Amino acid sequence: MRTVRIGQDLLEQIERQAAGDYPDETCGFLFSGAEEAYATTRAVRSIEPAPNSFDGERRRRFVISPMELRVAEERAAGRSEVVSGFYHSHPDHPAVPSAFDAEHAWPWYTYLVVSVGARGPQGVGAFELEADRPRFRPCKLDVHPGAFVRVEEPAAARAGR
Amino acid sequence: MARTTVKIPTPLRTFAGGSREVSVEAETVGAALRHLTEAHPELRRHLLTPDGRLRNFVSIYLNEVDVRTLQRDETRVADGDVVSIVPAIAGGAPAEAHPGRRPGAPAPAERVAAPFTPEELRRYSRHLLLPEVGVSGQRALRRSKVLLVGTGGLGAPAALYLAAAGVGTLGLVDFDAVELSNLQRQVLYATDDVGRPKLEAARERLERLNPGTTVVPHRGPLDSSNALEILAGYDVIVDGTDNFPTRYLVNDASVLLGKPNVYGSIYRFEGQVSVFDARRGPCYRCLYPEPPPPDLVPSCAEAGVLGVLPGVVGALQATETIKLLVGVGEPLIGRLLLYDASSMTFRQLRLDKNPECVLCSPHATQHGLIDYPAFCGVREADPRAGIPSVTPEALKAELAGAEPPVLVDVREPQELQISHLDGALAIPKGELPERVDELTRARSIVVFCRSGGRSAEAVRTLLDLGFQHVRNLQGGINAWAKRVDPTVPIY
Repeated sequence: MRTVRIGQDLLEQIERQAAGDYPDETCGFLFSGAEEAYATTRAVRSIEPAPNSFDGERRRRFVISPMELRVAEERAAGRSEVVSGFYHSHPDHPAVPSAFDAEHAWPWYTYLVVSVGARGPQGVGAFELEADRPRFRPCKLDVHPGAFVRVEEPAAARAGR
Repeated sequence: MARTTVKIPTPLRTFAGGSREVSVEAETVGAALRHLTEAHPELRRHLLTPDGRLRNFVSIYLNEVDVRTLQRDETRVADGDVVSIVPAIAGGAPAEAHPGRRPGAPAPAERVAAPFTPEELRRYSRHLLLPEVGVSGQRALRRSKVLLVGTGGLGAPAALYLAAAGVGTLGLVDFDAVELSNLQRQVLYATDDVGRPKLEAARERLERLNPGTTVVPHRGPLDSSNALEILAGYDVIVDGTDNFPTRYLVNDASVLLGKPNVYGSIYRFEGQVSVFDARRGPCYRCLYPEPPPPDLVPSCAEAGVLGVLPGVVGALQATETIKLLVGVGEPLIGRLLLYDASSMTFRQLRLDKNPECVLCSPHATQHGLIDYPAFCGVREADPRAGIPSVTPEALKAELAGAEPPVLVDVREPQELQISHLDGALAIPKGELPERVDELTRARSIVVFCRSGGRSAEAVRTLLDLGFQHVRNLQGGINAWAKRVDPTVPIY
């Protein structure tokens, strides 16, 4: 089981976006370093909202088009990152993947689900598809206080300062 | 057989032996994918449905093009082509959220807006790479409709940048012809456009710049009778007018229709820019409740203007317009940007909504368009006063009478190709003193030009030369066209 590590600041950004888009679903990209994306502890380096291009009831669905993903990947490559997953909100539903999520999910990617209600964010969960689809398994979510980069600062650098 | 590279998306690399790409020999895209799944059977269930069709949320690109816009599976590949597998990502909330799509019903990914063509992808690649614009922003631009009121100093650069940016529909309002004196700043036009209607020259140039932009010309001046109808069809209005009546008209119509009005104005070395959106901030009337006295602020034609100044201001207007359409950044709402080219400084003033604004406050007393020339006091300020004149209607009656006057057209040769009055003697104003012998002193003479300015000067010249019965056609051939003969084009 993979551990997903994310900074409190990034998570709050996602929650704010989810609350702002409520009652519609919100969605976006998770980025990780090109190497660490493959590690058992996957650190989320940055996030980016994605347009929900679902042509219908956005309260219950989100779609990120292939073109958006391609362009996001190109942008990420410029800063030595890869798209390592996606976040989306479940308005008025718990932060667990739906059957629809599982049916349309891809392996390897991290799926971060934020539950949001009229009174704001209600919880968060991280999931990954099992290799023999279509079942999700939960990931351990490791939320770091403050900005992630500070937490990751090597001990040597801290000592030298 | 062609050797092509199939790019594997990150999530599927573990099923392809960790490879980023796999080289296969195939003739078509479909065959390339079949070879791939034969070599890496684990990929199969992620790419294909049990009956062998491509899963709903997989897109296949040949080089930069979605194969759905080509011949899908049957698209032929050549040596060196790159086939990319790109996932679309979807999900959603549970429970009632999953009504169960019918088998074969179009998947959401197939119902999103038409994909960009390869040409569009290349054309807009620098926008697509910007996180703040990206594909969705570019699509928003393609969907949007912008109206430029005036295609002069401000409208020209704004139109060029908006068309270049991929705005789907550009409406243009103008009635002037290109004059040589315009070229110093109106970069939309070239020297060989002089004399042509601006709308025609602008449309040609913009469509050459970006064939994906539809240019909609609205001929003639914007006035209270047509403004609401014209503005209603657009998302954003760009005010590139050079006079106060039209500026108040554009503001009022925008407020009444609830549309943002991207305002710009220029004077000698100074420019002003703001975005008036009465739903979110002040309107032009909050800033200037009353127009200045008509003679206080001379126009560019009278005062002169640094040619590049409207370039800067018009480009700022285009910037604000694009921001509004894409929905990024901080719009210039509630702020007035002052630009001084001479000291090269930008300053900002905060603009508040006037709580007593007659138009956009809760105490509004004006709920429709008014008579703007009268409001701005320009009707009495006609410099042509004192010159004997005749209205188009009266001239029509005289022409039908027993002693019709001689008509003299003092416009330039190229203007005659746009419109003319039958039987008129054509003598460009500059040639009038030398060719005065061609005129009879025995009959009454009516002189006309496009809108009555040049002909007024010509009448003055003839009166000075001793002609007795010379009059000016009020409003020129354009007024004739508007009020007497609608078959005559207005320019």
